[in-house]
Amino acid sequence: MTAPTDRQAVTPELEAAAERAASRRGVLIALPSWAYLSLFFAIPLVIVLVYSFATRSSTGLTQLRDWNLDSYARLWDPLVGEIALRSLLLAIATTAICLAVSYPFAYYIATRGPTARNILLVLVMIPFWSNFLVRTYAWRVLLGTDGPLSQLTQALGGEPIRLLFTNTAVLIGLVYGYLPFMVLPLYAALERMDWRLVEAARDLYADGWTAFRKVTWPLSRPGVIAGSILVFIPTLGAYVTPAILGGARTTLLGDYIVSQFLAARNQPFGSALSIAVMSVMLAATILYFRSGARNL
Amino acid sequence: MSISTGVRPKSPTERLLAANSWLVYAFFYAPILVLIVFSFNDNNNVGIWTEPSLRWYRAMVENDDVLRAIRTSLIVAAVSTVISTVLGTMAALALERFRFRGQRVYDGLVYLPIIIPDVTMAVMLLLFFAQSFRILDGLIGWSPNFGIGTISLSHIAFNISFVAVVVRARLGQLDPRLEEAAADLYANQWQTFRRVTLPLILPGVLGGALLALTLSLDDVVVTSFVAGPGSTTLPVYVFGLVRRGVTPLINAVSTAMLVASMILVGISLVFQRGTASSPRVAEAHPPE
Repeated sequence: MTAPTDRQAVTPELEAAAERAASRRGVLIALPSWAYLSLFFAIPLVIVLVYSFATRSSTGLTQLRDWNLDSYARLWDPLVGEIALRSLLLAIATTAICLAVSYPFAYYIATRGPTARNILLVLVMIPFWSNFLVRTYAWRVLLGTDGPLSQLTQALGGEPIRLLFTNTAVLIGLVYGYLPFMVLPLYAALERMDWRLVEAARDLYADGWTAFRKVTWPLSRPGVIAGSILVFIPTLGAYVTPAILGGARTTLLGDYIVSQFLAARNQPFGSALSIAVMSVMLAATILYFRSGARNL
Repeated sequence: MSISTGVRPKSPTERLLAANSWLVYAFFYAPILVLIVFSFNDNNNVGIWTEPSLRWYRAMVENDDVLRAIRTSLIVAAVSTVISTVLGTMAALALERFRFRGQRVYDGLVYLPIIIPDVTMAVMLLLFFAQSFRILDGLIGWSPNFGIGTISLSHIAFNISFVAVVVRARLGQLDPRLEEAAADLYANQWQTFRRVTLPLILPGVLGGALLALTLSLDDVVVTSFVAGPGSTTLPVYVFGLVRRGVTPLINAVSTAMLVASMILVGISLVFQRGTASSPRVAEAHPPE
């Protein structure tokens, strides 16, 4: 497993043999999950890639010949650009709002005493573990034109709320759905932090804001990065939330891709879109990790 | 760990932080509470309160489609949780405790399913199953149907990675000296794993299993692509209903699903307590 510490007693040959044996064991332990993920993940990924170069027949069937780049050319269609831009803005807005709300929230929890901290944390865990679909559906009930919120505003002499099926409703639903994914990594980072460093900064005459900017914020960056990725990636490809809270005029990348497979029956174009979204997401993740890692 | 706040008078910053936190809690819980309250409403219209009743819960347990969907969900969740926990734990061990050729590629293969969006995963698996069923039909004349089988296989595919990440985090915290000590005391590889490593990473394994279970019970997108006629899971069935409109029956089903989630939270808390009381290696060996 690990090399013995008493190096004098071990000859190089024995050590090399032991290393080879350990390496073989590692491969054996990796084998089942490697085989599974190759069959049910890597090969499907290759199939999507192959389909994205295929042709759609006039009846909507996919023909695996006449390979071409038509589906990729269609990505530059202004309609696709509009949908992509809307999705991107919505994902950025969701991430930014989640971060702005969660940071002080996680900070508050992390600076309580142990008992209060545990109770407050459990109260975050409950929505985190609760069914996502159900939590999104709750907003459909809440925001309905004759829903509770609307009745409340009308009872107070206001207008009924007409938020459902708008971008705002989708934004609210996304923030609500993914907020716990931001809170938990932020909390983990802040809780792990050595608060004596903040005290040291204060001892060295840093004011509260400077101590936060120069000590707390940099130290909590891993949490900020992890939380942002956990929120940004699923919101960019969101399907459930816009399907429930959004309307016909608020198509996002997620439902656009789905519609290529279920309604429009254009599998090559849907595949090309999937590949494009995935590539952007991977690139964003890698860039974000790199930029963050440098300052850690 | 935390700054002592008890003695000092509350600063304006502190008050703002507290206010923000209570607002966040209200935001978290208000929609859920409204949903639960309205599930006990005796009215065909979701938004208008008439009187309390269990009418919609009765409608739920008498609805064969709902019951069938619950059965499918439970079977898929059980199968995919068990298999992905075993495979994911093995993947975590291989990545954290061994060095071998091709490990970096394998590492990427294990992590990629987490980064890939749901929709892409759904598309991938749909095309994969359709294509391989066509090939199977051509080769041996056997063409399986989409259903519980395809749903379970797909859930395992995305759950392995999540289990691996959780278990790997736990393994990373583990002091390797404990395993070395077992080896020094003539335990073989299997005994070391069975008696030392596994008990210490068990909270991580159970946490990973719980995450897999939750993700399986939650999934809508992938499942709706690989489900067959007559075999959908509960979330996919509810999703279909929601898209057609809001009904009090959905409120009742949703509340039942929330209760199930709460039970899972309770179980996870019991596990965590187990973690806290088990001897923490890091505490036994404070860093110099």
